[in-house]
Amino acid sequence: MTTITTADLASRELAAPGRVVIELDAARKTYRTGDIEFEALRGIDCTIREGEYVAIVGPSGSGKSTLMNILGCLDVLTSGRYVLAGDDVERLDEDALAAVRNRRIGFVFQQFNLLPSLSAAANVELPLVYAKVAPAERKRRALAALAQVGLESKSGNRPGELSGGQQQRVAIARALVTEPTILLADEPTGNLDSTSTEEILGIFDDLHAVGRTIVLITHEADVASRAQTVHNVTDGRFVEHGAEARQ
Amino acid sequence: MTPRDLLDSSWRAIRSHVMRSLLTILGIIVGIASVVLTVGLGLGTQREVSAQIASLGSDLLIVTPGSSTDSSGMRGGFGSGTTLTVADANALASQVAVPDAIGVAPEMTSSLSIEYGDSNWTTDVTGTSTSWLEVRSRDLLYGSFITEDDEASQANVIVLGSDTAQELFGSTAVVGQDVTIDSQTFTIVGVLTSAGSSGDTSLDDLAIVPISTMSEELNSSSQSVQTIYIKAASSDLLSAASQESEALLLNLHGISSADSADFTIAVQSSLIDAATSVYQKLTVLLTGIAALALLVGGIGVMNIMLVSVTERTREIGLRKALGANPASIRNQFLTEAMILGLSGGALGVGIGVGLALALPAALGTTIVISGEALVLSVVVAVGIGAVFGVYPAARAARLAPIDALRAQ
Repeated sequence: MTTITTADLASRELAAPGRVVIELDAARKTYRTGDIEFEALRGIDCTIREGEYVAIVGPSGSGKSTLMNILGCLDVLTSGRYVLAGDDVERLDEDALAAVRNRRIGFVFQQFNLLPSLSAAANVELPLVYAKVAPAERKRRALAALAQVGLESKSGNRPGELSGGQQQRVAIARALVTEPTILLADEPTGNLDSTSTEEILGIFDDLHAVGRTIVLITHEADVASRAQTVHNVTDGRFVEHGAEARQ
Repeated sequence: MTPRDLLDSSWRAIRSHVMRSLLTILGIIVGIASVVLTVGLGLGTQREVSAQIASLGSDLLIVTPGSSTDSSGMRGGFGSGTTLTVADANALASQVAVPDAIGVAPEMTSSLSIEYGDSNWTTDVTGTSTSWLEVRSRDLLYGSFITEDDEASQANVIVLGSDTAQELFGSTAVVGQDVTIDSQTFTIVGVLTSAGSSGDTSLDDLAIVPISTMSEELNSSSQSVQTIYIKAASSDLLSAASQESEALLLNLHGISSADSADFTIAVQSSLIDAATSVYQKLTVLLTGIAALALLVGGIGVMNIMLVSVTERTREIGLRKALGANPASIRNQFLTEAMILGLSGGALGVGIGVGLALALPAALGTTIVISGEALVLSVVVAVGIGAVFGVYPAARAARLAPIDALRAQ
């Protein structure tokens, strides 16, 4: 696990507020099934800066998953604007979206979503495969990412041979390996026991401390409380904008 | 994704369902194996026919009694007539009438029993001229061939094929021994070198006597010859020799129009053409069946690839979330389909070659394994994988990442 010195922390606090990496402007998303329309997002404005640790909290059906998909460029808005690291996502075609997901976004899913037939290292390498990184370099970076989550010794193991917590750590290593602009975690502790949950949240704390931008989506208040900023979503809207959970 | 990554992930996916993959490519295996066998059988037959014909010589004309073709192209009376005589053969041997022929050998053949001591053996006894050895491209193992003196004096001399000698004496060194045919004693003057077999008939089970002896003493009931072989000076002069022979025979037989000729002059190459065309038709038929098997095999690949895409929707979604663009996903599934095709092709070639090696012993046919056909078969199999993989691969590539990720 990354060791963070007080000097690091001090330097982070001294740093000026980071530049804006995510900007949502009147974001709306409407799903249509036949004649039935469902408004999942009803106009969300949101700005996330570099280095921020943001939790988006809400009950199921509140629209937080839709928001996660929009932020992760897995889905596009019906109306409004989403600017990610200066790029207007609505203008990108499918190949460009794939490139954005590859380079700018690191996903951590509730189900881990590791490929069972691949070793931990090979799973971590996967985004680099699509980034066309040379095999030797891929291997080196994958091992470095695994070391970052304290799993370098398990690099040859298949997901089935790892505990849930370890699997989620492999998934975090996979999310980090491309050095993405934001780390997007969707209920990352939803399938974990309390020890593993603490382990994962500890890693997020460390990552936040070294300046990673993290967006965490959860329905658990105590998980959200670890973040710097908490947004509550209900019925497709933010109810209390930018409440400070810590400090 | 590098080609290596594509191969890795595709091979992994196939290996995770070995049984299913094998069943999927069964159609391709059967199709390719039958293509290998069909082509091998076709080539084998062709080679057999060519060898048979080459053993006769490519500069050979074959004159047979009866007309070979009527106006509708039907064969009729081929070889069954009695219109060719020893006199015709002697006339054809004239350097004046047929200057482009260098040898003429009539054959008057009868199945007769040859006796030596207690043993006897029935074989085709052929009366012919001294040119036979050269015209039929044969050699002597022992002794000498019949001479013009033998012919003039109707000598009771005989030349045996090596198998015939073996059957009668248990040995081929039999020159100088006497055998009995029809109560007449014949002295063996020579034994022929083995020429192998032509199809089912042995070329080494025969006996040769002077044609005069044959027509006067052994076969006096009929004076007709079944075949006259004419050897042209070279294969370039074959058609000239054919025309000269035809003109001479028409003249001798008092026939004015070539259409009503009572004999047939065949060229070796025309026999090859006739034989080949039959096998070509057979090959087309078998190839059609193989193509159907391959089509069915291809549909099998498409079917299982569609199943695979459905099963792996979540994996596709994950790969897309990690940055795979539609082309990468398409290539991955296309590669998988092509590897299935390749495996089917390779296994099919293996089974085809195995059968090609095993069958000739059992069936007595010749199957030629052609390297080109094997390579082409594998290429075709990979092509089938590619063609039938396009649709499933395109479907996988089109999946929306969000729907794919949500799938269970």
